[in-house]
Amino acid sequence: MAEKVLMKGNEAIAYAAINCGCDGYFGYPITPQSEVMETLMKEKPWETTGMVVLQAESETSSINMVYGGACCGKKVMTSSSSPGISLMCEGLSYLAGAELPCLVVNVMRGGPGLGTIQPSQGDYYQATKAGGHGDYRMIVLAPASAQDMYDFVDLGFELAFKYRIPAMILGDGVIGQMMEKVEIRPAKARRTEEEIRALCDSWATIGKPAHRGGNTITSLALEADVQERHNIHLQKKYAEIEANEARYSTYKTEDAEHLIVAFGCMSRIGEAVVDYAREQGYKVGLLRPITLFPYPTAAVEALIPQLKSIMSVELNAGQMVSDLKVIANGRVPVNFYGRQGGMIPDPEEVFEAFVKSINK
Amino acid sequence: MALRGAIVVDTERCKGCGVCVVNCPTQTIALSKEVNSKGYNFLYMENPENCTGCTNCATVCPDAVITVYRVKI
Amino acid sequence: MDIKDIIKPENKVYGKTPVLKDAVLHYCPGCSHGVVHKLIAEVIEEMGIQDKTIGVSPVGCSVFAYNYLDIDWQQAAHGRAPALATATKRLMPDKYVFTYQGDGDLASIGTAEIMHACNRGENIVVIFINNAIYGMTGGQMAPTTLLGQVTATTPYGRRADLNGYPMKITELIAQLEGTCYVTRQSVQNPASVRRTKKAIRKAFENSMMNKGTSFVEVVSTCNSGWKTTPVKANKWMEENMFPFYPLGDMKDR
Repeated sequence: MAEKVLMKGNEAIAYAAINCGCDGYFGYPITPQSEVMETLMKEKPWETTGMVVLQAESETSSINMVYGGACCGKKVMTSSSSPGISLMCEGLSYLAGAELPCLVVNVMRGGPGLGTIQPSQGDYYQATKAGGHGDYRMIVLAPASAQDMYDFVDLGFELAFKYRIPAMILGDGVIGQMMEKVEIRPAKARRTEEEIRALCDSWATIGKPAHRGGNTITSLALEADVQERHNIHLQKKYAEIEANEARYSTYKTEDAEHLIVAFGCMSRIGEAVVDYAREQGYKVGLLRPITLFPYPTAAVEALIPQLKSIMSVELNAGQMVSDLKVIANGRVPVNFYGRQGGMIPDPEEVFEAFVKSINK
Repeated sequence: MALRGAIVVDTERCKGCGVCVVNCPTQTIALSKEVNSKGYNFLYMENPENCTGCTNCATVCPDAVITVYRVKI
Repeated sequence: MDIKDIIKPENKVYGKTPVLKDAVLHYCPGCSHGVVHKLIAEVIEEMGIQDKTIGVSPVGCSVFAYNYLDIDWQQAAHGRAPALATATKRLMPDKYVFTYQGDGDLASIGTAEIMHACNRGENIVVIFINNAIYGMTGGQMAPTTLLGQVTATTPYGRRADLNGYPMKITELIAQLEGTCYVTRQSVQNPASVRRTKKAIRKAFENSMMNKGTSFVEVVSTCNSGWKTTPVKANKWMEENMFPFYPLGDMKDR
């Protein structure tokens, strides 16, 4: 029997990082995710696994420390919440441009501006459409439980290194603060210097051996044709990720005529809505995107022939709904229900909105 | 014992900035009237017999285009 | 004695270090960057640490430093080099890690990163090129531009009431407990070049001794930005920059 421990989603991030062989964490305090760094500092992994943990002077510096660590082929990460992620967007653009693997956790809070410290999903666009400048994408994982927070750390690193791309865990204040039982996975050792050299010597800045010239990690290309070639290469990679890495789960969709689509904490409310609606005689199912980039487009597409409506339920003013409208392309009405500012709807409220949406 | 020196200039890489010329203690070097393919008046030994191989010119050269040789005679 | 008899491999006393690549430097004629690049390359060669050195290049003219020194390089966003170097050194303590930054990069947009890296005492080397102007963007005012100095954004000369004062950031850095070696040097003549090389060597040696951050400012010229010739630029620097930015060690412990 694997060990199960009661912990917050934020704590799960910290324990998973130590457990899966993360080399370095660089962060700056911000509510509602400060427990990530607090837990790491309490656990002192530098004395056990050798993991570096550093409180930086800002989110700007944190993400650039991540950039430096990623250049060295190390498994490095940071975490923050919405306003801090905005500050990191410059660095994320550089990481994406330079094709560096890293993990960034965003425990979303309400915005815009300083906003609120209550939960939100208002950063969907920022995470999935690139918050920084230039045409780039990140892999975006949307956890719906403390167990997901724990498991997605290792998964995020796996995917980040597989494609040399920043990966983001896009959580929210609910998932970060909620305490749940988390199953502890078998520990992975940190990669040795030899393993890193075997894996990353062709690109990483780990010291130039005699057999090769110096590696340079940069996102700069002054010549337009060079930059265009790089952009095309990046888009090819993103297409490959879209073809191979979409993840999702479904709930009672086999006979569903109406589909609720919700990610993160809202997918849990979505399940309750499905059960409640079915009690009232509506054939409703739920699709939960686990990856927001790549979006599980094919899974939605496959359900469309049986559907009379789709409703996106989000903690924002309606962001993911625009992606669903593109997929549906007029074949099925796509409706939306959301709360903002840190307010969270209950299942009955969502059900009423659903009934209204199909009778309008 | 006296020192005799000589320099070899990578004339294609020389940008003719002239910083070496003012730092030559023996008035050995000057910028040529000719230009290289980039249009720079490159460095040459105008008075090669003066050179002691002190390396001052090469030390201040921003483009590392000067190689210095020296013998004791 | 014939010149042919002097120019023989066994008589060679100075030449380009192999740590410098063959690429022609893109810098303007007479630019101080070239000299400092060369000195870093020579120190790396002499210490035998080409396989253990990681450079972090900035944004500005020296963004392309990676084209010239044959080592592993990271190219940072504007001002962020000390953050990259911090993580790199902490994750690979057996490596020599240095940042190479200009005055705009280090003393303007990157003040938070440099202050905190130095204050934490990261065991890195910082090479700071202060030529009192933004070179790459076409000669705008830098934080270190002197009062009265004409630039593209101070066309009538820098005024304290409009533009604030020139920043003596190296003096500020020297106040931080985390720094072990803070010095200001120059490269306009053979003696100053040799002193700067010694300073760079000491800085690299310090970075393996757990003593904290070593910070080497090189007061430099930008003859294109200053709209003068390389030789006159060196003279202008001696007459105008040195009185405000006096040379020498500020801290060595």
